Amino acid sequence: MSLRDYFVFLTVMAGVTYLLRAVPFILLKGKIKSRFWRSFLAYVPYTVLAAMTVPAIFYSTDSKTSGVCALVTAVVASFCRLGLVGVAVVACCTVLCIDGLLPMLFL
Amino acid sequence: MKFTKGVKDGLPIGLGYFAVSFSFGIAGSKFFSWALVTLISMTNLTSAGQFAGLQIMADAAGTFIEMAIATFFINLRYSLMAISLSQKVAPNFGTFKRLLLATGITDEIYALAVSQASPVTARYFAGLMVLPYIGWSSGTLCGAVCGEILPAVVTNALGVALYGMFVAIVVPQMKASRPTLVAVLIAIACSFAFKFVPALSGVTVGFAIIICALVASLLGAAFFPIKDEPDDNSEQGEAA
Repeated sequence: MSLRDYFVFLTVMAGVTYLLRAVPFILLKGKIKSRFWRSFLAYVPYTVLAAMTVPAIFYSTDSKTSGVCALVTAVVASFCRLGLVGVAVVACCTVLCIDGLLPMLFL
Repeated sequence: MKFTKGVKDGLPIGLGYFAVSFSFGIAGSKFFSWALVTLISMTNLTSAGQFAGLQIMADAAGTFIEMAIATFFINLRYSLMAISLSQKVAPNFGTFKRLLLATGITDEIYALAVSQASPVTARYFAGLMVLPYIGWSSGTLCGAVCGEILPAVVTNALGVALYGMFVAIVVPQMKASRPTLVAVLIAIACSFAFKFVPALSGVTVGFAIIICALVASLLGAAFFPIKDEPDDNSEQGEAA
């Protein structure tokens, strides 16, 4: 990617993000009335994150096995309420074990 | 509501952000120099949005329009928080100060600010932003620099850190609310379809995420409308 393209992408991303925060912050005082759109907005963060995570996590590491296992251990860790950093550490350690340590044991 | 109290309250958020943005820095260093990756974090201060943005930039077929639409939908929740926050701020938190500090409306900073008993002053909110902003920017910088130095085994493992955070945000909500569980499963099913159905394989990554989220959230809103009184703290526990 050219440096020019990078800066156009950056400006678009930062500009949209800033306007989403600033415009309602200075303009709106009341709550959104429509129950439908409030519901829609309540679901958006979770559906976005889910669509970003699965199946992309399976292809984010050296092997599909470690990606699948990382998702499983992360879900289990979340059930145990380990918190953001704790769950991330569990997922990373899973990948480290499967892609880093297992090959050493069998070679 | 002093500036220094804000700084103190922001410390745990700053530490958490350092860890998350470290993995963003590593992911970004695969495509850009450390300076360019850090600049993304300094100008955006948002995890899911930046990560999707990075995927679009890295995709040879990614377009500016796609970037604008993906960023819009992924970060739309900040508008909700901004509306909610605008009702909690002190009267002297004027328009100019709001324009200056709007960047600080992230999931965690927002949640902490609205949970205060007294009205949120501009000084306090500015203090609250300081360490998270420094943590987010410096974490990205360290991640991007280390991404070039650390052994491949370690960077490979750190590549799932952000996904781990996403799981940590979504799973507790799925456990607590059945409608969210259904909406999330729909989103995942759509996401699989874009990956494996040949007819849909031409759709770029950014648009696939947007369509999955739109379909799942619209179905969720149609079949499981939320209760009439939205609670302002429902966004707690999300990443930046």
